[in-house]
Amino acid sequence: MKALVAIKRVIDYNVKIRVKEDGSDVEKDNVKMSINPFDEIALEEAVRLKEKGVVNEVLVVSIGDNSVKETIRAALAIGGDRGIHIGTEGALEPLGVAKILAEICKKEAINIALLGKQAIDDDFNQTGQKLAAILNWPQVTFASKVEIKDDKAIVTREIDGGLETLEANLPVVITSDLRLNEPRYASLPNIMKAKKKEIIEMNADELNIDFKPRLKTIKITSPKERGGTVKMFSNAEDLVKTLRDKEGLIK
Amino acid sequence: MSCLVVLELENGKPNRPSLATISAAKKLSQNIDVLILDGKAKEDVAILTDAKKIYYFSSNQQDVLAEEIVDILKPLSSKYKFLLAPSGTFSKNFMPRLAANLDKQMISDVINIHDNDTFDRPIYAGNAIATVKSEESIKLITIRATAFEPFTTKTGSSEFIQLKEPEKVTFNKFLEREESKSERPDLSSASIVISGGRGIGSSENFQIIESLADKLGAAVGASRAAVDAGFISNDYQVGQTGKVVAPQLYIAIGISGAIQHLAGMKDSKVIVAINKDEEAPIFQIADYGLVGDLFSTIPEIIKLI
Ligand SMILES: Cc1cc2nc3c(=O)[nH]c(=O)nc-3n(C[C@H](O)[C@H](O)[C@H](O)COP(=O)(O)OP(=O)(O)OC[C@H]3O[C@@H](n4cnc5c(N)ncnc54)[C@H](O)[C@@H]3O)c2cc1C
Ligand SMILES: Nc1ncnc2c1ncn2[C@@H]1O[C@H](COP(=O)(O)O)[C@@H](O)[C@H]1O
Repeated sequence: MKALVAIKRVIDYNVKIRVKEDGSDVEKDNVKMSINPFDEIALEEAVRLKEKGVVNEVLVVSIGDNSVKETIRAALAIGGDRGIHIGTEGALEPLGVAKILAEICKKEAINIALLGKQAIDDDFNQTGQKLAAILNWPQVTFASKVEIKDDKAIVTREIDGGLETLEANLPVVITSDLRLNEPRYASLPNIMKAKKKEIIEMNADELNIDFKPRLKTIKITSPKERGGTVKMFSNAEDLVKTLRDKEGLIK
Repeated sequence: MSCLVVLELENGKPNRPSLATISAAKKLSQNIDVLILDGKAKEDVAILTDAKKIYYFSSNQQDVLAEEIVDILKPLSSKYKFLLAPSGTFSKNFMPRLAANLDKQMISDVINIHDNDTFDRPIYAGNAIATVKSEESIKLITIRATAFEPFTTKTGSSEFIQLKEPEKVTFNKFLEREESKSERPDLSSASIVISGGRGIGSSENFQIIESLADKLGAAVGASRAAVDAGFISNDYQVGQTGKVVAPQLYIAIGISGAIQHLAGMKDSKVIVAINKDEEAPIFQIADYGLVGDLFSTIPEIIKLI
């Protein structure tokens, strides 16, 4: 069985985001880039499936400019077997990404496609669902527990009201939520080994699909700041008094 | 220029995020139709939403899969310019699938509508706002409910249209749902939210948060760290990847204030932070702060109210 993990290179979640003054984008020069945290979780799950003997190959795919190769290499050090870098320049959107990933899933005869539920840069939360639609595969989003039995995936998902369990036939698209697992760190020997693993290079234009963005970004701005500064209290009584008498928020 | 809104129900009525989505829809079109999963609610929905048409199922379809609801919505969608739903795990699951089926790029988490083509949405956990323009012939949009006031009316007269039951797909199956039951107000509609973080220390200690919430008639929330540590279940998580809330009063207790948490609560009207570390970043966005050990300050507060 073959698993595909789609990984996106994003600004590291610890970096304080700054909007460029000309409103064209956020500052991306000289900021730390990392694998999208949800994709790291999806990758960990795929590697665990391989360790359990369910999957025999973990394919790592990333779409973007040449810099994403570094992210693929890092994913191979965590346990991916082979990488595919699909070269593109310029903006990408979930619909276009899903179309490209669908081609790879077909070409590589993938049984389980694992994605993050959401990229923490664009916060779209769409690509996995769109991939499933294009392939006409079942989807299980926001997974917090995955079990593969024969040709079925029994997956628990996090929903607004609690948890829900679905049983989907393979091939399937699964998107990871935060509590699916705790990703490992790459060990030094595995980082060395990853240098020898194969990364296939492909240009997105070779696939003959229309992945041009449909949304036009007019501008990027900073959010409204909360006005004022914090008023600090040294005891509970003063806080309660203020909330009751000044703000009228509690009885 | 008509608009179809897929509503979410709570106790037989559209929930607050759904009513906020109606308000957003009104900015796009005066012709609003709605779809509900449980036909029993249709009279109440008519009164509360002023919809022209209400599509409903005769039996409650709350366990419907994304694949199945998409099969229903796909033929319906050709009549509409806009398809809207409140942003939540239900819409985030089916809406992108529907969008891809229609070959459309959908727009997630809209917080502001400039005109029929131009929308604002938060990116980078709300640390930047993108203004985007879409020329898609059908626009699929999820609405960040905290950014719109709930729609109010009491004058609806709607046409009821019964849909045939969704056909079960063979490649995916609903097995079970574990709903967390609570007598407290719902997190996304409560006017006061009391949230606890890692500082609470254990699931037993979380009772401190719950007793304060009960004293104030508030909903309970949590940081990711509190959920990961098993103090409370996942559906209480507030933040970039949890629920987004904007109550009148948000009290963060034993929460440090990571940007991913702030993304879910920074639009609250008044923010109070209680933390033993006066350097905690949560104080930078709070209106009121109390530095102290929560195990002594919270019982004191409970006594005072
Ligand atoms: C991709 C991604 C998505 C994420 N999404 C979310 C999300 O949606 N929501 C979310 O909340 N987080 C999210 N996080 C996690 C986030 O980065 C933080 O790790 C998390 O919010 C920290 O939770 P906390 O403040 O409870 O814990 P900590 O940061 O450990 O803070 C605990 C606080 O409690 C205080 N404290 C301890 N003991 C006491 C005491 N006795 N009395 C008073 N104060 C005390 C401490 O001073 C400290 O400030 C996400 C992270 C990633 C990478
Ligand atoms: N450029 C990309 N290359 C590879 N995978 C991607 C890319 N963009 C998005 N994805 C995948 O799609 C998931 C959801 O992204 P999004 O729909 O943009 O929030 C991510 O967590 C990744 O798994």
